[in-house]
Amino acid sequence: MRRFTGIKAVFRREFKAYFSSPLGYVYIVIFLVASGFLTLSRDFGRFLELRQADLSAFFNYLPWLFVVLVPAVAMRLWAEERKSGTVELLLTLPVTLEGAYLGKFLAGWSFLGVSLLLTWPVAYQAARLGDPDWGVVLSGYLASLLTAGAFLAVGMLFSALSRNQVVAFILAVAASVAFLLLGLPQTLETIGNHLGGYVEQLFASISLVDHFEALSRGLVELRSLVFFFLFTVAWLASGMLVLDRTRAA
Amino acid sequence: MEGNLKPAVGELLIEVQDLAKHYGPIRAVDGISFEVRRGDVLGFLGPNGAGKTTAMKMITGFVEPDRGRVRVAGHDLADESLEARRKIGYLPETAPAYGEMTVAGFLEFVAEARQVGNIAAALDRVVQAAALGRVVHQTIETLSKGFRRRVSLAQALIHDPEVLILDEPTDGLDPNQKAVVQELITSLSPGRAIVLSTHILDEAERVCNRALVISQGKILVDSTPEALIAQAPNHNVMRLVLEPTALIELMNTLDGKVWCDRVERLSETTLDIYPQHGENHLGALMELTAGLEIHSIHLQEGRLNELFRDLTRGVEA
Repeated sequence: MRRFTGIKAVFRREFKAYFSSPLGYVYIVIFLVASGFLTLSRDFGRFLELRQADLSAFFNYLPWLFVVLVPAVAMRLWAEERKSGTVELLLTLPVTLEGAYLGKFLAGWSFLGVSLLLTWPVAYQAARLGDPDWGVVLSGYLASLLTAGAFLAVGMLFSALSRNQVVAFILAVAASVAFLLLGLPQTLETIGNHLGGYVEQLFASISLVDHFEALSRGLVELRSLVFFFLFTVAWLASGMLVLDRTRAA
Repeated sequence: MEGNLKPAVGELLIEVQDLAKHYGPIRAVDGISFEVRRGDVLGFLGPNGAGKTTAMKMITGFVEPDRGRVRVAGHDLADESLEARRKIGYLPETAPAYGEMTVAGFLEFVAEARQVGNIAAALDRVVQAAALGRVVHQTIETLSKGFRRRVSLAQALIHDPEVLILDEPTDGLDPNQKAVVQELITSLSPGRAIVLSTHILDEAERVCNRALVISQGKILVDSTPEALIAQAPNHNVMRLVLEPTALIELMNTLDGKVWCDRVERLSETTLDIYPQHGENHLGALMELTAGLEIHSIHLQEGRLNELFRDLTRGVEA
């Protein structure tokens, strides 16, 4: 694993960093309050009105929440390193660029995983209402974790591209929104009308929404898992190429 | 202009060959070559923008050169980057560190990334060497500039490296701290190859046994500080204060002396005598002045900054 030398040290430093500054706690509080609101609100999830022992009311709006919150986690990962000059320190240690990049990604992803785990009261409440299908609940959490990872990989590329965290955040939100919108029926219909069915299918296949919805309904299909894997790896690999060019700029 | 290089005795630890880096039309580093052996403390001297920092960034593997190669302790930086970087301790110009971490936490991270065996012992050693005991549990963002630089120096030493690259190691330190760091560098030099950049020419005189003057990305001089000082315009100039009649008599006597390059009369009673090739001819002068009424004779040492100004001004013009 010579290619990933330094991944463990970078992961540990980054993961601890989320909890040694207010950013991590602020993120968790905002995430829990916003996801709770969207789940319970009469205008969105209507969890209490539906009185169903499942978490669809919770999972349905998570991608839209991630679109804003995950770039906030990603924006500092490289932009701050480049602005403060610590990137020079980090990349002259015996740490490969891949090790440093993936170490940061895994730390960010684990942090997002921790914040997802803290939503357990929603599952607990569903269990009190009835007998939820725990397989579906787990696949919903898997879908959420994979979506968060995908958006994190997108956000990291823009963080590697710009020293300015605000610019990195805006670009990451715009790109993430675009990938969500691509999967909406209205968008696909418009694309189909103007560019033809083949292009419509192509765009549908790279939309996160379809794969997220399938997984969160309990349909754990290989094609969805492969999609998330390839989507995330492609953005990570592109981000590494970008960082390699911008690190000393 | 090649100077009198110190005899090469130590093991070769840094080899730089034809290193070049361009940023658009600007030639930051333009084909420099040099070697550094174990025991050498090489001073990079040059004005701002001379290419010192870019050269250091390439030697440490942070910036990829457009041309040329670097070998550190026998490892080619292009082919065996990790092995080469393991041998290097690097203090970047801006002394970067993670502000939210404590000094101890930061040094532990660097030690872990460098796969140091006994982290606690290494931490104790560098905390003591950089005199950080008082602030070891403080977060770095709360430290003064001087302490931050010392933290950065400590991280460069955490793995007891064979090669030290120090970009402006005493920048931002007060005179006492500067002296401490200079003594530390001198004490570290026997087993290592050290390259440091500095604007403070006194520091180069004090700490370095080799000096490399860089301007506009090129090496102008590769020599020892002593040899450079000998080439300085005022080296071994003798300033005499004497009676006006004695001054006239001496000037007449000096006329025709081979060792005397020129004489400059500063006042009725003060005379500067410039020797040929900056050599010391105090003995010959004492013989000539025997019997004259002399108030004082002062033998001047050449100042490195005078030579530095002469060298770099020519290139920049």
